[in-house]
Amino acid sequence: MESFKILIVILLSSVFVDNYVLSRFLGICPFLGVSEKKDQAVGMGVSVTLVMLIATAVTWPIQYFILNAFHLEYLQNIVFILIIASLVQILEILLKKFLPSLHKGLGVYLPLITTNCAVLGVTINNINDGYNFLESMISSLGCGLGFLLAMILFSGLRSRIDNTNIPAPFKGLGATLIAASFISLAFMGFSGIIEKIFA
Amino acid sequence: MEVLIAFIAMLAIALIVGILLLVCSHFFFVAENPLKTEIRECLPGINCGACGFRGCDDYAAALVEGGVKPNLCIPGAQSVADEIGKILDIKVEPLKDVVAFVSCNGNCDATFKIAKYDGVKSCFAASMIYGGPNACRFSCLGFGDCANACPSNAICMTDSIARIDTTRCLGCGICANTCPKHIINMIPQKTETVVMCSNTQKGGDARKACKNACIGCKKCEKICPNGAISVSNNLATIDYIKCTNCQACVNECPTGCLKTVSFPDRLNEVSIIE
Repeated sequence: MESFKILIVILLSSVFVDNYVLSRFLGICPFLGVSEKKDQAVGMGVSVTLVMLIATAVTWPIQYFILNAFHLEYLQNIVFILIIASLVQILEILLKKFLPSLHKGLGVYLPLITTNCAVLGVTINNINDGYNFLESMISSLGCGLGFLLAMILFSGLRSRIDNTNIPAPFKGLGATLIAASFISLAFMGFSGIIEKIFA
Repeated sequence: MEVLIAFIAMLAIALIVGILLLVCSHFFFVAENPLKTEIRECLPGINCGACGFRGCDDYAAALVEGGVKPNLCIPGAQSVADEIGKILDIKVEPLKDVVAFVSCNGNCDATFKIAKYDGVKSCFAASMIYGGPNACRFSCLGFGDCANACPSNAICMTDSIARIDTTRCLGCGICANTCPKHIINMIPQKTETVVMCSNTQKGGDARKACKNACIGCKKCEKICPNGAISVSNNLATIDYIKCTNCQACVNECPTGCLKTVSFPDRLNEVSIIE
């Protein structure tokens, strides 16, 4: 029961408190780049979640059974980048073969994730936080869902921004970044809540 | 020793991943629709976007899905349209072979500048400052925005007017969209009569700005046996569907803005500037 509670805490805190986009500021470029339309934002969010889960499932064993075993911790970054990039490629090939409709839906977002820093951030942070395998997976799931949540919220906000008359100096990216900072501020309100609920 | 271990570990990981990728791409290879590949191969592959799609790949995909006309590829012209029609087994409407034409004859003899322009050497920039330095507001500014945009290097500046080499012109219409004065028109290549002016000012004003301007005297409209020329907004326009190239209007025009031309055929191999 205790371990189950820990998993819930990890999940909720990675969705709300330590949201990768809004409080750790990783993966900002897809957050700003593909949040113009809601369906695109959802596509990107789902792809990122999927890739985060698979990447964690592969990088965790590699860290513990190869890098730690041979004292090669300093190779962590480069090995993880290599693995994530090839995983995304393999995933794309497999999706194209077996789930063409999903492949078409995810479209250009899948290759974009190859170099998404949020994915690398999740895998490295899981190691740094000393999570075991299950906890790492739950944490990745939470981070992916958090990314999805941020994308959906922000795409909604952006559609509102498009329909408003903004003063000329703030038009475009200016207003977008200001809006992003407000969402980020709002998410700061979650800090401390999750721990208190399960305390 | 440690370096060796790191090297071997890295190599092993990279090798495994590489082999995995190779195996995946080999066993799970998805053959694209062979029709699409075939169509893609007969398209010119310059991704000019004249068909309205994002590139030749996009157009090929849309063609395979159906509902798209096969004669949209302007650089490829009739031969490509025919080939696509053959592959897809659909009827191809005859395609008009068009070339770009600069409707301006305001060379240094005919017109003059009313201002000195020292800014960025670009038609777009110059046209934003009171329509540019030229006396005629409809004249070619001569900074060569169209020449820079041309994918086949068919435009060069002669007497500060853009002139198009039809042996290289693909007919893609990129220059027509680029020109800030909108004086480049896409006209049929077979035509022999053109209006070399875009000035819609009244006759006197147009004449003051440029000796070669169309003054809207309507002589051409009256003389044309086929009713192919109409003068509206003080400017003659030719309806190329009705025009029979009889040249009656050319002899009648008092300012010489109607001209006889011939556009040589495009060379078969036009190299594309990437």
